[in-house]
Amino acid sequence: MVENRPLLTFFQHTILIFGVLLVVFPVYIAFVASTHEGRALTSGMLPLLPGNRMIENYNTILFGGMRQAGGVPVALMLFNSMVMALSIAVGKIAISLISAFAVVYFRFPFRMLAFWIIFITLMLPVEVRILPTFEVVANLGMLNSYAGLSIPLIASATATFLFRQFFLTVPDELTEAARIDGATPFQFFKDILLPLSRTNIAAIFVIMFIYGWNQYLWPLLITTDPSFTTIVMGIQRMVTVAEGQPQWHLAMATATLALLPPVLVVIVMQRLFVKGLVETEK
Amino acid sequence: MADIAIKNVTKSYGSTKVIHGVSIDIRDGELIVIVGPSGCGKSTLLRMVAGLEEITGGEVSIGGRVVNRLEPKDRDIAMVFQNYALYPHMSVYDNMAYGLKISGMPKADIETRVAKAAKMLELSELLQRKPRQLSGGQRQRVAMGRAIVRDPAAFLFDEPLSNLDAKLRVQMRLEIRQLQRELGTTSLYVTHDQVEAMTLADRLVVMNAGVAEQIATPLEVYHHPASIFVASFIGSPAMNFLRGKVADDGESIALSQGSPLRSEGVHLSTHAGREVTIGMRPEHLAIVPDTQADLRLVVRIVETLGADTLAHGHLVGASGDRAGFVVDGVGSTIAVRLPGNAAIREGETLPLRVADGSLHLFDPEGGKRLVDL
Repeated sequence: MVENRPLLTFFQHTILIFGVLLVVFPVYIAFVASTHEGRALTSGMLPLLPGNRMIENYNTILFGGMRQAGGVPVALMLFNSMVMALSIAVGKIAISLISAFAVVYFRFPFRMLAFWIIFITLMLPVEVRILPTFEVVANLGMLNSYAGLSIPLIASATATFLFRQFFLTVPDELTEAARIDGATPFQFFKDILLPLSRTNIAAIFVIMFIYGWNQYLWPLLITTDPSFTTIVMGIQRMVTVAEGQPQWHLAMATATLALLPPVLVVIVMQRLFVKGLVETEK
Repeated sequence: MADIAIKNVTKSYGSTKVIHGVSIDIRDGELIVIVGPSGCGKSTLLRMVAGLEEITGGEVSIGGRVVNRLEPKDRDIAMVFQNYALYPHMSVYDNMAYGLKISGMPKADIETRVAKAAKMLELSELLQRKPRQLSGGQRQRVAMGRAIVRDPAAFLFDEPLSNLDAKLRVQMRLEIRQLQRELGTTSLYVTHDQVEAMTLADRLVVMNAGVAEQIATPLEVYHHPASIFVASFIGSPAMNFLRGKVADDGESIALSQGSPLRSEGVHLSTHAGREVTIGMRPEHLAIVPDTQADLRLVVRIVETLGADTLAHGHLVGASGDRAGFVVDGVGSTIAVRLPGNAAIREGETLPLRVADGSLHLFDPEGGKRLVDL
């Protein structure tokens, strides 16, 4: 719709700008807070302009480590979170692709039953099955390990379901052409389905990476060793101190750092989304 | 290079039988077209030959080798699909080369073969393009190229031209014909388009409701249709059908209304006294002086096509009454194809005569051909 109505344009922009401010302002305040001394924030007046302690603050948390957060430097927390989020995202995609492939392209006994069982697990998020899962992970000796952090969260009905839906839209003729060309099921999967699923994989990667990055309850339960602390746990520990004031400037610096990887993932993957939208191939 | 033998093949989905025993012998290098209305089982039959559908009963052999239990890739066939089924993420070159790569052919050989096929199909300039950057006709050529490079024993075409516009379809039809002649590869071609069927086929298989009603050359099918279905399916406008009766002595035929239609050369003692369906093609009716007329047609609608003029209407007796004529089959009117310069007005009564040798008699029960006169 191409219209030129100045008043409407003005009105639309006002609403949009207001919306952006609503989202961006708290983030900006967090960033500003992370560049001041601790005292500046507890005095009752929030500064609106960045201070001069940015490098110092970030240096402290990244490499120094804080007592309240278990004395672990934030750099290690970021690394832990990164390992966990990446393993969860990659693991979920790998498993879901394979199971969706099996459910859509093979006829085997109890195929639909298998699908429905996977589907029903959608109704059982980690929190619901957390005790039995903890028991299993503990018995397997995976407490305080990256495997324990990621493997129990890898099984994903959501991604399986999304890939299944996508595979169902791939024309049957493509499968048949590949069969006539002599492709084995694995070759069909590797040479045709995977490249076609590229944009879907990117989308699911973003969702699952953020899901993994934001995990709080599960890592809290299964890690007792501070060297496995994730960034989300770290922030929480920084702001809930038993005595005295929380060190808000350091907590805000940590929060700002915790924001960066998901934002980067979205920005990088967004290029693939757009590409997927422009190329209407299927 | 191989012949294909389809022996008494049947197909059922559960208890529903969709193909009731079809047998076709395809000679080496022949182009057989299977034609029929949608849902007649023609595509299913083709897919059974390709190995994409299981064969419920009967036997398919390619080059003397029974292939019932073989995977498509082991049948030495290549298939061209209606929607092309090109791999969207691969270039034209990769699309054509994919099957060869999988078979483990050396890279140099693949390049030679693809280049040769591309040249034949005028695709040499387009090898690096993706399918989405091609027009419909070019995509269909790539699909054919993918079939050609594999140098299979047989080509299977599943309505390959249905997605193209009318002009391109005519052009591609000629190209397919020419290509098939050059390569001499045995081909099975499925279509619902009778013009495509007539022009392409060495022999036609006309299918209806899971049964091959007639297997013959296009002209044989046109001049001696084996059943009312074949007669009405091939030819446009469709053949006219009237109810009639063979005289008790078997020496003449009359329309159901009573007016005599033909006596010279009629010796039908075996069918004496029988009710028949009489078929006559619109192009075999001509305007004659009233005294020689077999039929009188009151024109309702005139279609001028340039080269031809089509007149549609209903029959009347010599006195102008409509009673008693029973029109059988497609549409309830009679169509006549006249030369383009015929000046026909709507409402006019045309005295018509059926050309000699172009009357078809069918059994009204079951629709099988009795005799052509």
